[in-house]
Amino acid sequence: MSAAAWRFTVNEEPVEVVAPGMRRLLDVLREDLGLTGTKEGCGEGECGACTVVLDGVVVDSCLVPICQVDGSTVETVEGLNRTGDSRGVPPLDPLQSAFLTAGGAQCGICTPGMLMAARAYLDAGGTSDEDAIREAIAGNLCRCTGYTKIIEAIAIAAASPAR
Amino acid sequence: MTPRRIAPDALVIERGESVYGRARAAAPLRREGPDKLTGAAKYADDLVFPGAWFGATLRSTEAHARFVGLDLDPAFDWSTVVVATAADIPGDNIVSLISDDQPVLVPLGGEIQHHAEPLVLLAAADRDQLRAARRNVTIRTEALSPTFDPLESEHVFAHYEIDEGDVEAALATADLVLEGTYRVGHQEQLYIENNAMIAMPREDGGVEVHGSLQCPYYIHKALKRALRLTDAQARVIQAETGGGFGGKEEYPSIVALHAALLARKCGKPVRMIYDRHEDLAATTKRHPAIVTHRTGVMLDGTLVAQDIEVVMDGGAYCTLTPVVLSRGAIHAGGPYRCPNVRIRARATRTNTPPNGAFRGFGAPQVEFAAEVQIDRLADALGVSPLDIRRRNLYRKGDTTPTGQVLRESVAASEVLERAVEAAEFEGVRARTSRERAARSRAGVLPTSPIQSGKDRLARGIGVALAWHGAGFTGSGEVKLASVASLELGADGRIRILTGSTEMGQGTKTIFPQLVAAELGVPYEAVEIAPQDTAFVPDSGPTVASRTAMVVGGLLIKAAQGLRLQVETRNDGRSFAASYREDAATHGPTRVDQKFEPYPHVHFDDETYRGDAYPAFGWAACVATVDVDLDTAEVTVRDVVAADDVGRVIHPVLAEGQVEGGTLQAIGYATIEEIKLDKGRYLNDRLATYIIPTSLDAPRITSILVEAPFDGAPHGAKGVGELPMDVGAPAVVAAIHDATGAWVHDLPASPERILAALGVTAPPTPPAGFAPGDGAAATDTTVEAPIDAGTDPRPDARTDPQLLRGPQDRPS
Repeated sequence: MSAAAWRFTVNEEPVEVVAPGMRRLLDVLREDLGLTGTKEGCGEGECGACTVVLDGVVVDSCLVPICQVDGSTVETVEGLNRTGDSRGVPPLDPLQSAFLTAGGAQCGICTPGMLMAARAYLDAGGTSDEDAIREAIAGNLCRCTGYTKIIEAIAIAAASPAR
Repeated sequence: MTPRRIAPDALVIERGESVYGRARAAAPLRREGPDKLTGAAKYADDLVFPGAWFGATLRSTEAHARFVGLDLDPAFDWSTVVVATAADIPGDNIVSLISDDQPVLVPLGGEIQHHAEPLVLLAAADRDQLRAARRNVTIRTEALSPTFDPLESEHVFAHYEIDEGDVEAALATADLVLEGTYRVGHQEQLYIENNAMIAMPREDGGVEVHGSLQCPYYIHKALKRALRLTDAQARVIQAETGGGFGGKEEYPSIVALHAALLARKCGKPVRMIYDRHEDLAATTKRHPAIVTHRTGVMLDGTLVAQDIEVVMDGGAYCTLTPVVLSRGAIHAGGPYRCPNVRIRARATRTNTPPNGAFRGFGAPQVEFAAEVQIDRLADALGVSPLDIRRRNLYRKGDTTPTGQVLRESVAASEVLERAVEAAEFEGVRARTSRERAARSRAGVLPTSPIQSGKDRLARGIGVALAWHGAGFTGSGEVKLASVASLELGADGRIRILTGSTEMGQGTKTIFPQLVAAELGVPYEAVEIAPQDTAFVPDSGPTVASRTAMVVGGLLIKAAQGLRLQVETRNDGRSFAASYREDAATHGPTRVDQKFEPYPHVHFDDETYRGDAYPAFGWAACVATVDVDLDTAEVTVRDVVAADDVGRVIHPVLAEGQVEGGTLQAIGYATIEEIKLDKGRYLNDRLATYIIPTSLDAPRITSILVEAPFDGAPHGAKGVGELPMDVGAPAVVAAIHDATGAWVHDLPASPERILAALGVTAPPTPPAGFAPGDGAAATDTTVEAPIDAGTDPRPDARTDPQLLRGPQDRPS
């Protein structure tokens, strides 16, 4: 398949990628742009490990061909704490901090996708309501936590003034 | 009621309660947490190796066959592709583990023993070329006759017999004898990160591998043997690991060997990154099992005899099966005192992908059976499931079937009482019983006729209790002779050196926490070295819930040794005040702490008598379910889990283990099942192998109980596996409470519940069991009409597996 140039925004930075139109957004992020925070768990839209926010909508980046991203805005886990310094431990946004203190990340492989689903939920005005949080992350599988502390972390973030 | 305290200083940590104790004053944040939360953490597939090639594994599509030919299409350009076969293996064509039966690759002329068995390896510089090469390989085989039913297999990997007292005599005098057959199938670990390994050729002829793994020294040993390498030529480095649960205990050796063979042949780094389909199709699962019980009990509920047979399906190769079976055999009776016990356990070979380690390691299978059996006994006797457990559970001073006297740290009663108290078990059960009685009076029998009113959902509650041996079985720890090291560098840095891996459970947090507390320095002052065999000693595998207890204990001793040396050299000034100066003056100090046998712990591997474990952890679970009476769909609403872990090192991490283990157990109980066709896994994709989502998960309340183990300096017994043992039987008991049906097979799917209610024919049994295996397994116990106000348990006489009831008692 012939490659073409695709222009879009990742974490507020404009990028241009030359790739076949059907190349997965996941591969573009990980391999072409070096943004390996987004993970692949199944490659068929079941696990949500590759979740990113595309034009404000939560998507599985393994199911999105790059041709559909042209002109769009993509947010990944690397964009959550944009103020991070280059030395040592980066500062965390309120959602990441809540995950850290509540124990919402164990092995961490579902975490980037989980954070993006939660970020979109909070940005859409989501509250600390447990059932609503469960619904919001229903597309993201976690095998470590039983979801308990993930839900707790999102509820903490939802209740924090900074969100 | 006030719970009876078994261990003198047992302590219950409720959520939100502050915890006191030197090592626990302030639970630190997860060490690698910020990296995981920002996407900075590097998992295997995130690592960049310039010029790396991509590897692929060609696998068998038959369950049993002879590998007779390998054809490479001459029309294809093979000059840019590397093909590796068994002929390229310089050393033994064996995946080093317990038995030497599993080849790295099946050789030409050799026997293929299972579907998805590795035959040929390919590597190419890009994925398109690799895919094209795959299409140009033809594998020729000659079919052989396969065996799928573990009961029919004559190839026995291991067998054990545990005999205590006189079972037959006790059964003859028991008031009631109940038989039961229970069957469980495969379960996939389903770590969200698939198996992944990258191998690089070394200039010294060796190989360096980076990957997702639990046990660096297992891989180190496997590489040395198959590739004929020295200790230094084989180097294994753990990447950040996205979950293991046992699934990355032994299988990564195979992935590493394959990547290494290709890397050596093409002279480039080779990435062997499994996709989910390959991971599900080829890697190890929890062993299917069939467990048969014949139990004698007195009218008051006292157990007098247990006759238990366990048969596990090992799959095509031995892997860790003898050890899994051993744990299964020892735990088969459940956490109950019984003077006459006979346990016969065997594991056999079938032509299915090999089964291996998975959280619980043989115990969840047998404890499911033991707990449902205990519940059915209570049912038959008309006593409450709580009372029968209270009457028989192990207490301090009791003796187990291997003759082990439980001298300390016995908290069966404590966890049970805490769980039922928090779940308000007795009150809820009284209500669910009344509801069931009312449904029965109204003629609302499950599923007949279709109900659509509010009565459609039937609530039920169930309880289960389990024990779990802490650390390796028998003399395992003595044979491992693990080492953990602590180093004060010349630069004043304190560094932990162990082979214990972080896979989410918290190793990298609790180790510095324990050492910092012992040295009296801040948590941040203690570093932990990467899990790289070039630097860290062999601390044994990161399995068996042994890391906190065994390796954590070694580190505390190492810290005590380091502190003593430094303080002695510095006129008794505290370590914290003197270590930087000491390092500058005296240079580096390193303490290598080797495992020493726990005092008073002796086990005889030949006779299978003695202290099977230095201590046991104890777990109780209360599950509340709603069963849809039309569809038999089960919703697990709430779970209360109480787990005794000896000492809690880090409450947040320990709760995380309980909650995660509980949900894996709920998945095992309700939805997780591998379906097979001629030895091939049918649902080998994440679209078809289902695990619980946040909407399927119950609200889980975890209660940590502490009955410390004196043999470990910090009293910890481990937590990882405990919750896996109790979830399934608690759910099955709750389904019975809601419907009156006992489900004998896992998962308790709607099809099985409907069959247990006598509505439909039984579905296919789990794994490769034939419908006739343990014929009683599909017998039903249907709710009998009952009078209001009486205990609505089914009439004991309706249980067809009741060999002799109270009415038959000789007068």
